[in-house]
Amino acid sequence: MVDVTPADAIPPAEVGEVELYHPHSWWTKYVFSQDAKVIAVQYSATATAIGLVALVLSWLMRLQLGFPGTFDFITPEAYYQFITMHGMIMVIYLLTALFLGGFGNYLIPLMVGARDMVFPYVNMLSYWVYLLAVLVLVSSFFAPGGPTGAGWTLYPPQAIMSGTPGGQDWGIILMLSSLILFIVGFTMGGLNYVVTVLQGRTRGMTLMRLPLTVWGIFTATVMALLAFPALFVACVMMLLDRVLGTSFFMPAIVEMGAQLQHNGGSPILFQHLFWFFGHPEVYIVALPAFGIVSDLISTHARKNIFGYRMMVWAILAIGALSFVVWAHHMYVSGMNPYFGFFFATTTLIIAVPTAIKVYNWVLTLWRGDIHLTLPMLFALAFIVTFVNGGLTGLFLGNVVVDVPLSDTMFVVAHFHMVMGVAPILVIFGAIYHWYPKVTGRMLDETLGKFHFWVTFVGAYLIFFPMHYLGLMGVPRRYAELTDMTIMTESARHLNSFISIMAFTVGFAQMVFLFNLIWSIRHGRGAGGNPWRATTLEWQTPQTPPAHGNFGKELPIVYRWAYDYSVPGAKEDFIPQNVPGDFAPSREPA
Amino acid sequence: MSVILVFLLVIAGFAGWWLSHQRLTAKPWLEQGLAGDFVGFDRSALPTAKIGLGVFLAVVGCLFSLFTSAYFMRMGLPDWQPLPLPRLLWLNTGVLVLSSVALQCAVVAARKGQIDNVRLGLATAGFTTLAFLVGQLMAWRQLTGDGYLLASNPANSFFYLITGMHGLHIFGGLVGLGRTSIGAWNGARPERLRLSVELCAMYWHFLLFVWLCIFALLAGWAATFIDICQRLLT
Repeated sequence: MVDVTPADAIPPAEVGEVELYHPHSWWTKYVFSQDAKVIAVQYSATATAIGLVALVLSWLMRLQLGFPGTFDFITPEAYYQFITMHGMIMVIYLLTALFLGGFGNYLIPLMVGARDMVFPYVNMLSYWVYLLAVLVLVSSFFAPGGPTGAGWTLYPPQAIMSGTPGGQDWGIILMLSSLILFIVGFTMGGLNYVVTVLQGRTRGMTLMRLPLTVWGIFTATVMALLAFPALFVACVMMLLDRVLGTSFFMPAIVEMGAQLQHNGGSPILFQHLFWFFGHPEVYIVALPAFGIVSDLISTHARKNIFGYRMMVWAILAIGALSFVVWAHHMYVSGMNPYFGFFFATTTLIIAVPTAIKVYNWVLTLWRGDIHLTLPMLFALAFIVTFVNGGLTGLFLGNVVVDVPLSDTMFVVAHFHMVMGVAPILVIFGAIYHWYPKVTGRMLDETLGKFHFWVTFVGAYLIFFPMHYLGLMGVPRRYAELTDMTIMTESARHLNSFISIMAFTVGFAQMVFLFNLIWSIRHGRGAGGNPWRATTLEWQTPQTPPAHGNFGKELPIVYRWAYDYSVPGAKEDFIPQNVPGDFAPSREPA
Repeated sequence: MSVILVFLLVIAGFAGWWLSHQRLTAKPWLEQGLAGDFVGFDRSALPTAKIGLGVFLAVVGCLFSLFTSAYFMRMGLPDWQPLPLPRLLWLNTGVLVLSSVALQCAVVAARKGQIDNVRLGLATAGFTTLAFLVGQLMAWRQLTGDGYLLASNPANSFFYLITGMHGLHIFGGLVGLGRTSIGAWNGARPERLRLSVELCAMYWHFLLFVWLCIFALLAGWAATFIDICQRLLT
């Protein structure tokens, strides 16, 4: 054991106070606010709103797949538009924005003990540029020709040709512009998240005392800052191809008997750029989820996280490895088999740090004092779902298995489990966990239990059968499959069943939204620290935290974030800002 | 994609070096109190704004590495016809070097507290940078006048794209330079002014470095260099 002298009552001298911006009017307080907490709520509300659009789009898709030919207004073109916008919104405008813009903004300053982000003005700009990106995206629904139907990967050449909905209309232009705006806005926010973790930490908050939530968001942001430029480059180049007739990605093509002006471009180049962003993006969404789930499990099992150091190293390892696996999305593009071998190997290696994390979560639960609160339920559901989705990832990471399965529903099932359902379960768990801090009131427990069970079981009933459909050979990306021999009677029934489950799960989300709004006024009062948690955001003098977060003096950190059930301590948790040594070898304090 | 991977390797090396100084092997569960007072393990002594700019420049570097990667991949296809670089670009390069030097002089002056020399440096940097941008536009006009249009060959497309992107970044830098200059003339606090000038200089030096790289790339020397390296390796 390291011998440490307990340091009591150290004056908060060396903590440099920042010049905090103070709002002067209602507008600068709630609308053009520079307070990270307000910006976090703005980000979250916008992301949820656009996420609802994506939810409705998924219903429309399921209407078509479950009951083909019944709904005349869902033409094949419309179906492709739904699929594209659903994917794009979910991955970028909902998950990325909510995890980094929402949770990042709210939690980073509070958890590291800062008064605000280090560049509050840039942070505010980040939100408004994000909102503009969302508005441009939404406007494509009303543009002539509708939104783009190129698939969320926007592969050229089809993305900008007349056969694809929106390809020769406004759809693709608005989509690419919106993405460019999103990346610009994200970069502004991302700089804040990274530099706040680097420079905004309060006294005593060493890197190894950061809660894993901050580690997850921090690493994901660094990755996003390095990965999003690839999407930016791809978008700019495709925009030039579409608007000014260059040939970065467009090969020579004859369309409707007429030779297009493009010549010699490389669609594969786009795929490389896209997936160079696209694969890290999976972990940009997953790492914050990993971090948050670690904290939820530790808090609600009243036990310190197992293998904290290993968890940090695993986060860093995953972050680094995720930049060298991108081409496993391109096995079917006809790449060199040696390349395929290389990328299959790196893909499988990334399972090692990921598995370490899963083991550590389970070992944290082992003999813990598990409280089956809503955040805990969602955290447990996440572990199960993530393992499920991850295992099919091992299938698809192998070239020989991926090639026949690549264009089937199996892939749809895989990525929905691993990067759709799993992170969204964490988002729900996190909202149930931190809502009391944001509003001062608890979310309703009964509605929450209903929401949890319908969502969790329902998601399995939606996506488990899809694995089966995929193994049968049912292809993805098809608007209509009725007449294919592959669509047996049972497959068609299964499709209808999946659709009905999708509507049910969607309905449960409405209950959740109702709960969110209803509880703001009618929820049970939460107090400052309802979960008896150790991290700094629960130790603020006011709940919800006031402007500046921590009263007159910033907290000083004396311990790591996971002092739960310490033998000899009065309570079963010791907040990070409580001095004194409660190590088992010493007398109880 | 090798260029971007090399760039990321550099970033990873830097991150690894930084992390290795952060006691990532500490056992936080055993260390209560302000144990040994982790001076040096808290925040960096550098000003926060400089670190922020550093992170931003890493993103900018990433962006241009990706353009370079795309350039090399597209270059390998048969329809690539390199375009002759206008000799004006040499002059522009000189002008940009001048603006970087001027800003460096401003930094030195700001450290010594010579406000007149700071103003002189900032003004020179502003004018030379504007001259660079005008020069780039003239180079574009010259090329379009000679029939090297944006869409007529991928080499041309990349030329306009990359120089345009670089120009936009320079243009964005002018906003920061403008704000610094306003501060310099309206009597900003000396330490604040010094920081602003240093930030401008940092940005300019980096964009000069980026320009030298893409100049080498567009002129074809970068490809020759890589070719030689590859031959040496095989």
